[in-house]
Amino acid sequence: MADYIWLIPLFPALGFIINSAFGGGRASKTFVAWVACLALFAAFLSSAAVFVEFLQLPATARVFERDIYNWIASGEMSVNIGFRLDPLSVIMCLVVTGVGFLIHVYSVGYMHGDPGFKRFFIYLNLFVFMMLLLVTGNSLLLLFVGWEGVGLCSYLLIGFWYEKDSAADAGKKAFIVNRVGDFGFLIGVFFLFVSLGAQGVWTLNIGEVGKNAHLLSVPVVTVITLLFFVGAVGKSAQIPLYVWLPDAMEGPTPVSSLIHAATMVTAGVYMIARLNILFSMAPDTLYVVAVIGVLTAFFAASIGFAQYDIKKVLAYSTISQLGFMFIAMGVGAYAAGIFHLMTHAFFKGLLFLGAGSVMHAMSGELDLRNMGGLRKKTPITYWTFFIACLAIAGIPGFSGFFSKDEILWKAFSSSHGDLWIWLLGAVTAGMTAFYMFRLFFSTFHGECRASEEVKHHIHESPRVMTIPLMILAVLSLVGGYVGVPHLLGGSNAIERFLAPVFGHATQAKTAVHFDIVASAWASSGAGGHEASLELALMVTSVLIALIGIALAYLYYVKNPSLPERFTARFAGLFRWVHNKYFVDELYDFVFVRGTLKAGAFLLKVADGWIIEGAVNGTAALVKRAGDKLRKAETGYVQEYAFAIILGAIIVVGYLIVIPMF
Amino acid sequence: MFEENLTWLCYLLSGVLFTIGAIGAILRRNMIVVFMCIELMLNAVNLVFIAAAGSLSSMDGSVFVFFIMTVAAVEAAVGLAIFVMVFRMQQSINADEMNLLKG
Repeated sequence: MADYIWLIPLFPALGFIINSAFGGGRASKTFVAWVACLALFAAFLSSAAVFVEFLQLPATARVFERDIYNWIASGEMSVNIGFRLDPLSVIMCLVVTGVGFLIHVYSVGYMHGDPGFKRFFIYLNLFVFMMLLLVTGNSLLLLFVGWEGVGLCSYLLIGFWYEKDSAADAGKKAFIVNRVGDFGFLIGVFFLFVSLGAQGVWTLNIGEVGKNAHLLSVPVVTVITLLFFVGAVGKSAQIPLYVWLPDAMEGPTPVSSLIHAATMVTAGVYMIARLNILFSMAPDTLYVVAVIGVLTAFFAASIGFAQYDIKKVLAYSTISQLGFMFIAMGVGAYAAGIFHLMTHAFFKGLLFLGAGSVMHAMSGELDLRNMGGLRKKTPITYWTFFIACLAIAGIPGFSGFFSKDEILWKAFSSSHGDLWIWLLGAVTAGMTAFYMFRLFFSTFHGECRASEEVKHHIHESPRVMTIPLMILAVLSLVGGYVGVPHLLGGSNAIERFLAPVFGHATQAKTAVHFDIVASAWASSGAGGHEASLELALMVTSVLIALIGIALAYLYYVKNPSLPERFTARFAGLFRWVHNKYFVDELYDFVFVRGTLKAGAFLLKVADGWIIEGAVNGTAALVKRAGDKLRKAETGYVQEYAFAIILGAIIVVGYLIVIPMF
Repeated sequence: MFEENLTWLCYLLSGVLFTIGAIGAILRRNMIVVFMCIELMLNAVNLVFIAAAGSLSSMDGSVFVFFIMTVAAVEAAVGLAIFVMVFRMQQSINADEMNLLKG
């Protein structure tokens, strides 16, 4: 299999090409759907084959790297198109192709009546190809190609219903905001290339960069990693560049599920994990990453409280969960972050697909205030959604519990971590439980608040949509058992599997310092108090989550008038949060209108006065001078002759007079 | 002594001839006369060359004179042909009527 790893991204590319070439005109929807889904399934099978092969190899041999083609050779710079599979990229490939395949199947049902059905699958295949290029590319440049490619597909798919102005605008917004991040990322790549080159190593190959990272000094690495983090902030929707993700919900729901929850937005997390050697060298950057992560997690969760649009709530929840992944990256717990990335792909993909199924049942209704009581009519959606909510809330036994708890534990115990990060993270986990169950209860419980006409049409989605839901529900349920911590009798298999990639990072984590804890647990032995502390933190976060769920139950099932009284009481605060803290308005005022104003100013001054002035002034000067000088051209030969003689006299006179002095 | 004076006399004569030619070429209207004046200027230059060649005992000046005479002959042929054409066009060869190329 090692020689054929390029097959993994090839399959979706083939699907894209076949559907682009033959999918138009007479080809049936069935054909397009089969090609697209089979392409994904083939990619999934080949990823799984690599995974199985990895399991049989010793841990140190689990790297397949093959160069296909010498892409750029210029002076010292030589970049190959090549692929690299190691435990990290295999997990990413499995998530992307596995969840991607399920979402493709779901889309066959969801997009059935859409006139853009074929276009949709072409874009979706292209997206998966780009995403696989991103995770399997062995050089930073190829990674960047995938990085930009998924951004392009995201733009195309957000604006999929381009007749709607809001969708077209949301696509543009996503693309432009992402460009800000990509700019930082690209500068980071240049900087890294030049700084390594100054040490005599001209390379962009990820493995080579890792091997030679020790040549760089810490300040240089700090700057480089901060620039990379700017890219991650854009792609993974963190403060301050998160604004595009909620708007991206304008796209079809499977797109929100695949691109804006499960895969693309995690590219930033993947990139940091991929370059963990560099990030581990720069503790300052790690701290920034953790702080941004925890702030984003908290901030986005608080906005999730006050949204009525079912997809908007999920979007803010995605931002918040991505924040958790960045906390993991920031405290050096790369394996925990990737673990959460995986479980998040399962349950958040499921939540979005469930939301799509709800919309399907409710004739496209998105507003929570017009839902309710769907439990009886859409039982499969109900139960799968319930499992996903339990998973994201971190209820023990579900996948989200293991991954989130691992992150919170590492945030507390890692040498890069901090008490307040853990505290804010735990509070956010409770908030997550609250707003997810608020969403859940107002959708499925209570009285149906929809209009009679909509009520009449409520029905469960077709099998092609519910089966992916069920598979993802099973994954959300059991997905966490690959990472059961030692404390609960597990072996944390995923961390061991990822150890070859993050090896040194795990060593760093053993250097745990317990200054806060030491006083509290002074009496017990070292090993013992670590375990009991971990257990105590785990119980705390579970309790917080349960309180969140209980509050949601109290507010939205037991006593439905409470939320209204609450919003009436704190109307100003509610309005502030409901309007997302007016961040969009602030950005609009500062950046959008600022740019427009600066443009208008430059149009008037720089273009109107300086450039046009210079060009038109030159022309006017020449014209005016010509008008005057043409009088000298009288046409009389004798006058010309006189001028010649006069000139000759002057020259000769000069030559005679000058030597006299 | 005499030869030296003669050389200077030739220079002076050639200067006078050249000046007359130049003034005539600028001021006269009839192009034929202008042409004659130009010939006068050329021959004034010839005179300088000859005189200088004689006083410096060098053949270089004489060689130039031959070239100038050749060029003057060619010029006369071409110039007279042009005048004939101009005369056919506007029934006059007055220099002040030939100003079609004015700016």
